[in-house]
Amino acid sequence: MLLIDCPHCGPRDETEFHAGGEAHIARPEKAAELTDAQWADYLFMRSNTKGWFAERWVHAAGCRRWFNVERHTVTHEIRRTYPMAGAPTEPEEGP
Amino acid sequence: MQRFSAFALLAKSLGGHQGWSRQWRLATPKDAYDVVIVGGGGHGLATAYYLARNHGITNVAVLEKGWLGGGNVARNTTIVRSNYLWDESAALYEHSLKLWEDLSQDLNYNVMLSQRGVLNLAHSLQEVRDSRRRVYANQLNGVDAEWLDRGGVKVFCPLINTDESLRYPVLGATLQRRAGTARHDAVAWGFARAADSRGVDIVENCEVTGFDIQGGRVTGVQTTRGAIRAPKVAIVVAGHGSVMAERAGFRLPLESHPLQALVSEPIKPVLDCVVMSNAVHVYVSQSDKGELVIGAGIDSYNSYAQRGSLPVVTSQLGALIALFPMFSRLKMMRNWGGIVDVSPDASPIVGKTPIDGLYFNGGWGTGGFKATPGSGHIFAHTIAHEDPHPLAAPFNLDRFSTGALVDEHGAAAVAH
Amino acid sequence: MTATRPANLRAPPVRARGGDWVDDTRPIAVSFDGRAYTGLAGDTLASALLANGVRVVGRSLKYHRPRGILSAGFEEPNALVQLGKGAHSEPNALATRVEIYDGMTATSVNRWPSLSHDVFAAFGLLARFMPAGFYYKTFLGSRVLWDRLYEPFLRRMAGFGRAPVGADPENYDQRHLQCDVLVVGGGVAGLASARAACASGARVVLIEDNPELAAGLAASPAKEWIDVAIGVVKQDATVLTRTTVFGAYDAGYFAALQRASDHLPQEARAGVRQRLWLIRAKQVVLATGAIERPLVFPNNDRPGVYLAGAARAYLDRFGVLVGRNVVAFTNNDETYATVIALKKAGAAIAAIVDVRANLTGGAVALAKHEGIRVLEGYVVVDVRGRSAVRGVTIAALDGGRREKIACDALLMSGGWSPAVHLFSQQGGKLIYDPGMAAFVPDRRPADPWCAGALCGETGVDAAITGGWRAGSSAATALGKPAPRGLTAELPDEPKGDAPLAFWRVPVAPSAERKCFIDFQNDSTLADVSLAVREGFTHPEHVKRYTLTGFGTDQGKTGNINALGNIAERTGGDLARLAPTTFRPPFLPVTFGALAGREKGALLDPVRVTALHDWHVAAGAAFENVGQWKRPWYYPKDGETLDQAVTRECLAVRNNVGILDASTLGKIEIVGADAAAFLNRVYTNAWSKLGVGRSRYGLMCREDGMLFDDGTTTRLAPDRFLMTTTTGNAAAVLDWLEEWLQTEWPDLKVYCTSVTDHWSTIALAGPRAREVLQCLAPGTALDAENFPFMSYQEVVVAGVAARVFRISFTGELSFEINVPWHDARHVWEAAITAGAAFGITPYGTEAMHVLRAEKGYPIIGQDTDGTVTPLDLGMAWAVSTKKDFLGKRSLARPDTARPDRKQFVGLLTSDPSRVIPEGAQIVSESNIADVRLPQSSPVPMEGHVTSSYFSAVLGRSIALALVRDGFRRTGETVYAVADGHAIAARIGPTVFYDPDGTRRDG
Repeated sequence: MLLIDCPHCGPRDETEFHAGGEAHIARPEKAAELTDAQWADYLFMRSNTKGWFAERWVHAAGCRRWFNVERHTVTHEIRRTYPMAGAPTEPEEGP
Repeated sequence: MQRFSAFALLAKSLGGHQGWSRQWRLATPKDAYDVVIVGGGGHGLATAYYLARNHGITNVAVLEKGWLGGGNVARNTTIVRSNYLWDESAALYEHSLKLWEDLSQDLNYNVMLSQRGVLNLAHSLQEVRDSRRRVYANQLNGVDAEWLDRGGVKVFCPLINTDESLRYPVLGATLQRRAGTARHDAVAWGFARAADSRGVDIVENCEVTGFDIQGGRVTGVQTTRGAIRAPKVAIVVAGHGSVMAERAGFRLPLESHPLQALVSEPIKPVLDCVVMSNAVHVYVSQSDKGELVIGAGIDSYNSYAQRGSLPVVTSQLGALIALFPMFSRLKMMRNWGGIVDVSPDASPIVGKTPIDGLYFNGGWGTGGFKATPGSGHIFAHTIAHEDPHPLAAPFNLDRFSTGALVDEHGAAAVAH
Repeated sequence: MTATRPANLRAPPVRARGGDWVDDTRPIAVSFDGRAYTGLAGDTLASALLANGVRVVGRSLKYHRPRGILSAGFEEPNALVQLGKGAHSEPNALATRVEIYDGMTATSVNRWPSLSHDVFAAFGLLARFMPAGFYYKTFLGSRVLWDRLYEPFLRRMAGFGRAPVGADPENYDQRHLQCDVLVVGGGVAGLASARAACASGARVVLIEDNPELAAGLAASPAKEWIDVAIGVVKQDATVLTRTTVFGAYDAGYFAALQRASDHLPQEARAGVRQRLWLIRAKQVVLATGAIERPLVFPNNDRPGVYLAGAARAYLDRFGVLVGRNVVAFTNNDETYATVIALKKAGAAIAAIVDVRANLTGGAVALAKHEGIRVLEGYVVVDVRGRSAVRGVTIAALDGGRREKIACDALLMSGGWSPAVHLFSQQGGKLIYDPGMAAFVPDRRPADPWCAGALCGETGVDAAITGGWRAGSSAATALGKPAPRGLTAELPDEPKGDAPLAFWRVPVAPSAERKCFIDFQNDSTLADVSLAVREGFTHPEHVKRYTLTGFGTDQGKTGNINALGNIAERTGGDLARLAPTTFRPPFLPVTFGALAGREKGALLDPVRVTALHDWHVAAGAAFENVGQWKRPWYYPKDGETLDQAVTRECLAVRNNVGILDASTLGKIEIVGADAAAFLNRVYTNAWSKLGVGRSRYGLMCREDGMLFDDGTTTRLAPDRFLMTTTTGNAAAVLDWLEEWLQTEWPDLKVYCTSVTDHWSTIALAGPRAREVLQCLAPGTALDAENFPFMSYQEVVVAGVAARVFRISFTGELSFEINVPWHDARHVWEAAITAGAAFGITPYGTEAMHVLRAEKGYPIIGQDTDGTVTPLDLGMAWAVSTKKDFLGKRSLARPDTARPDRKQFVGLLTSDPSRVIPEGAQIVSESNIADVRLPQSSPVPMEGHVTSSYFSAVLGRSIALALVRDGFRRTGETVYAVADGHAIAARIGPTVFYDPDGTRRDG
C-alpha cells in the first residue's frame, strides 16, 4: 500500500487516490494539423518508464485534486509530489 | 530427445531414474544466428519451437535474462479459453485453443490441459446482453459457446451462490466447455525441450542490453554475454515490452501494471470448472494440486515490481465469498504478482516494428497464457515469411494510428 | 473423561511435569478421529495428543506415509487436521498451533478409510515409478483417458482437508493502526526492542504470534528481566498476541492476522473470530526468530522424529516428553542443551549423534559431563519403525562403524534458518552466512531493523542486547532521544562449536527416495537429484519441478535443505544461489478475514432514491444499475415482466406515466467559462444556447468513441445543469475535473455533483401537461410558453421545482426536479392528481422500450466503446467548426471509413418475432452457411443492440449496429442466435412518431 503525500492534504493511503498515468503529456494545441502517427503518439504511446517515473494521481476520496508524483516503478519509492503546474525533476543517469 | 511415455518411465524406474538426461541443453551463445528471440517465456519458446517445426528455421537462439519460464508463464492463473467477442480475437484464441488440444502429444510433454469448462458470470441486465452477444458471435466464429440462465448455472456448478438476494446476483453465464486450465510451468518446459531437440539454443542468464541497428535494419543484439549477430530479432518479453522497445528506439502504447493472483491451501476437489466474474472482479478454479487458484485484480498504477497492494486482494476475496460462501474459512497460502503490459484496446501487438528485421510480440495484458501456442505459431510464421500471418495481421502496431483497434475492453468482453 | 490410546500406536504416556503454558488443574476434553483424549488448559492439540501417546496424526500427500508431529509451531508440515464440523469446520489447521478447548473435535485428513489403515499407502510401494514430475512424462497416449481417467484420479488424490459445508457463520473484523515503531516478534529480542523504543517515548506496537510474550523462557536465567520488561511493555505499548504479521508491503505497511477467539469454545466466542490488523509503521524492528531445519537422511519422516527445538518446546511449555529413550542427531550446539533438559526431566538419552568431529566447546563438554554418549563424526543412516520410531542405525561419516540403537524418539537439528520472510518481502536482500550455515538479512539503511535469532543473535544475552540496540535505533531514527541504558546482568554463555553446514547424509542413490526434504509434498532427495539431472538447476525450477515448498508450510523447513542439495548436486556455491522469492503471506490467512465485513450485502454500497420506499410498497421489481436500485417494472396482480411492460408502455403512449429518474447524474457547471468548457467536452456547440433552454449533447473520449450523453440546460449565463447516464455519473464528473485541473486550469469553471440533491420525477404522455397543471395551477404550460427543450422554475405541489421539458419517451414530457427530501411529497401528489388521467408508474424496462420506439440510443447498450457519434447517425450533433475532445480521432483512416458499423433499425419479416438481443447480423449471401456448431467462421455484419415487442406498434422492433448500415436501408439481413436466423429489413431507427409531433406538442 503506497503512502502518497498529497500536496494539499498530506500523506494518505493509496486507496484514497486514483492513478492517472504518465504526467506531462500536453494535449496538442492544434490537433487537426497533426499526422495520424503524431496524434497516435499523444493518444496512446507511453514512455512506461522502468525507474523514476513522473505520473499523475488524483486524491479522489480527499480533496479531489490532481497532482504529480515521482515514483520509482520498481521499488515503489516516492521521492516527490508536486502540484499540476510543477515541473518534473531533471532526469538523471542510472535506474 | 528422450521420448517420454509410460514405458520410458517404467524402464527408467528400474534404473532408479539415473538414466534421464537434461530436458534441454545448457547452451552457450554462438556469435550469430538466423533468428534471435529475446525472452525465454512461454511465447518466446513457442515461437522458437514453431520456427523450427513449421518453417525449418533451427539456427535460433532464445535469450532469457533470468531463468527460463520465470516471467508471466510462471505467474498466471492457467486459464485457457477462446470465447472472445471480436472476430479477430476469437480467430486468434480459437487457433490457439486448437493447438492446445493436441499440445501434449505434439510436444511429447504432458501440459495437463484440463478442459473442464469456463463460466463467465453475468450480474446485470446489460451484462446479460453483452454475454449473449458474445455467445452468438462465438457460435458463428466456430467457438463453442452456450448461454446458461441462473438455473443452468446452478446445475453446471452447484457451488455458486445463485441466491437472488446477493448484492449482484448471478443472472446467468456463458459457458465454453472446451475451455479450462493447463499446467503453466509444463508449457514452458515442454516448448523448451521440443525446441531444443530441433536445434534451438536456449540461453539463460543472458540479458539483451541493446540492439544493433544499421540503416533502419537490425543486425544483432548486445547482451550481458556478448554481442550476437542476427538478421532477424524478435522481442517477446511480457512485462518488459516498453523497456526493450526503448532500447531499440521505438515507442509502444503499453503500460505495465502488477496483476496479482493467489492460491488457497490445497483441499479435496470441490470446484470442477473455472468461474469468472467481471462485475465483481474475481476468477477461480481448482488446480490438480487441490489449491483454489484465484485471480485478483490489476493494480491501477504503473509498476515493474512483481508484487501489488493488499487492498486489491481483500476486495477480490469479498467478491469470492459472496459467490462461494463456503470458501470463507479457507486460507490464502500464497499471493504473488506478475507484470502485465496493457494495451489501449486490451489486445496484443504482434508483428513488425518500425525497424526492419525487428519483430515484436507483446501487450497481451492479462490474457497471454491462453494464447501461448497460437501466439508462437503465428509469430513464427510472421518472422519466417517476413509478412504477418493472417491471424496476426489485425494486431499490427499501425492500428493505433489508423484507429482500427480490436477493442476487447470497450466490448465489455471478459478480461484474463 | 478418560484418555484411551489407539491400540495400533505404541508410545509412552509422557506428561513429565507442568509446563509454563498449561494449567495442571484444568483438564480439557478433546476428540481426535472420534477418540476422546484429555489435555490441559493451555495445550495445543499437538501437545495434548503427544501427552496421550498419539504418534501418527496424518498421511503425506503423495505416498500416504504415516506422519507424526515434527515441530511445535507454525513451520509444521505434517500435523494438518480438519477442525470442527459443518459450516464451522476449518481444513488444514495445524495441530501444533491449535489451542484446545473443551469439546474440540478434530479429524485427520488425506487417508481412507482411516489414519491407521489407509489403502492409498500402497502408493509408497509405487514411489519408484512416481518420481518428481512423472505426470509430465506420461498419460500421453490418449487424450480421452487423460480427460476421463488419469486427471480425475490425480485430482482425487490431491488436497488435504475439505472445504466447509455452508456459509461461514462467524465474523471477521479489520482494524487500522499507525505507530512510530512496529516490533514484530515478542520473544526476548522483540521485547527488548519494544522496551527500548517505549523508553525513548515512541509509539510502539509489539506483535507476537504465540499467546504469550517471551514464550517458554520461564526457566531462563533472564526471567526476572523478562518479567519486568513484559510488565513495562504491556503498559507502554500496544501489544497484540495470537497475532501473526503475515505481509510486509510498501512504505512500512504491514498486515497481521489476530486469532481473536479461535482458542475459545464455539459458545464462548463473542462477535469476531479473527481480526485483520493493517499497520502503517514509521520504523520497524523485525525479531522474527529462526526456524530449525531437519536433517536429510533415510526415513527422516517417521513418526517420532522431531525437530530438537520442538522437543524442548513440548517439555518447557507443556511438560510433555516426546520420548523416554531418546537419540539426538545434530550439527549444532543448541541440541545439547535440549538433550540435557530432557534428561533432567527424566528421559534416557541413548546418544547424541553429531556430524561434527573434534568438538571442544562447552556444550559437548557439558553433555559428556552429564554422562551422555556423544558420537562425533557420526550420522543416522536409517530409522526403524513405521508408525513410531523404534530405533536408528548410525554410521561413522568416514564410512567406518555402523550401529543400531534402540530409541522411541529421534531429535534432529540441521541448524537454524533465520525467519527472513518479512525482511525479504519488503525488499531486503539476503546474504549467506557460512558461520551460521544460513541466509541472513543483509541490512541496508532503509530496511527494517533486525534483532535476535533473525540476525544470528542467539542466546538470551545476545538477544536482549541486540533487541535493545534495534529498538533504540528505530526510535532515534525518528528523532526520539536515545533510551537510557540497558540493565540486565546475565551469566556469560559458554563458548561453543560452530554449526556445520550439512545438507544430506551420504547414502546410495536408491536410498535417496526415503530422504525427505519437503515432508508435506513428499519431495525427496531423489527428486532434487532427478531435477538437477534433467537440467532444472535454478532453485525456482527445482521448486516447481519437485513441488518443494509448495505446501501449506511453504517450505519453512524444507526449502533450505533443497537449496543446499541443489548447490551440492550442481557443484555450485550455495552463497550464490538465491533462495526463491518470499511472498506474502508468511502463514496462511483466512479468506474471510481478508474480506472482513465487505461481503454479502456490504460488498458494495447500495444507493436508493428518495422514492425507494414508495416503489417497494408498490411492489416494484428492481434492477441494479451501477450501485443504484431502480424500479425495473411494477407487476400488478401477478403480471409477468412482458405483461407489466406492455401495460406501462401503453399508459405512457395513451395517457400518462410517471418515472423516478432521480438516478440520472446531475452536475452543475458554473463559472465565466462554463460554456467554453462545454464546447470542449461535448461534440456540439454550446455558446449560443439561450438561458432557460436545453440541448442534447454527446461526449467522446479522446479516441473519438462515445463515452456519455445527456441533456444540459443553461440555468443562467454562467450556470449549466448537465445530466449524465446513471451508470456514468461519477465517471463524467471525474472526467470533467481531470480536464479542468490538468489541462485547462485557466478556465474559470467549477463542477459540482448535485445528483443526490435533486430528485427527478418524469411525467410522460399525452396527459402529462394536465397532471402537471393540477400540481402547478396558474403556470402556463402550453407549447408556446413552455416549449420542448426548455426549462422553468415552477412551484409544483407547493415545492419550488426545476422543471425541464425534455423527453426520453417521445411523448409530451416534463422532468420535475425537486429537493431530495420533497420528492416523496411531490411524487404522491402527482400520483393523486394523475389518478383521473390514468397515471401509471413505469420502470426502466418500459423506459427502454419507449425510447427504442423512438430510436434513442442508450450509451452502453447500443454503444460499446467502439462507436462514434457519426456511427449513431448523429452528425447533426458533431461540430465541424470547433475542436472538442475526440475530434481529431474521428479523422483517422479507420474511424473515418464510410462503411463502419452504423446504427439502424430492423423490422422482422414476421412482426410477432422478437429478435434476441445480441443476435449477430448475417447477410443474405452468407446465411446458407450458418449452422450449429459452426466448423468455420461465418462473416458477421454487426449485432442487435436493442430488441423489444412494441405494444403501441403491435409488432417487434430492433436496433442494430450494421456494417455500412446507412447505405443498406431496405436490405433484408438475418439476425442469428443459437443457430436460429430471423429475417429482418434494415430501416430507420425511429419507429414511432417520426415527425416528433407528439413530443413537441
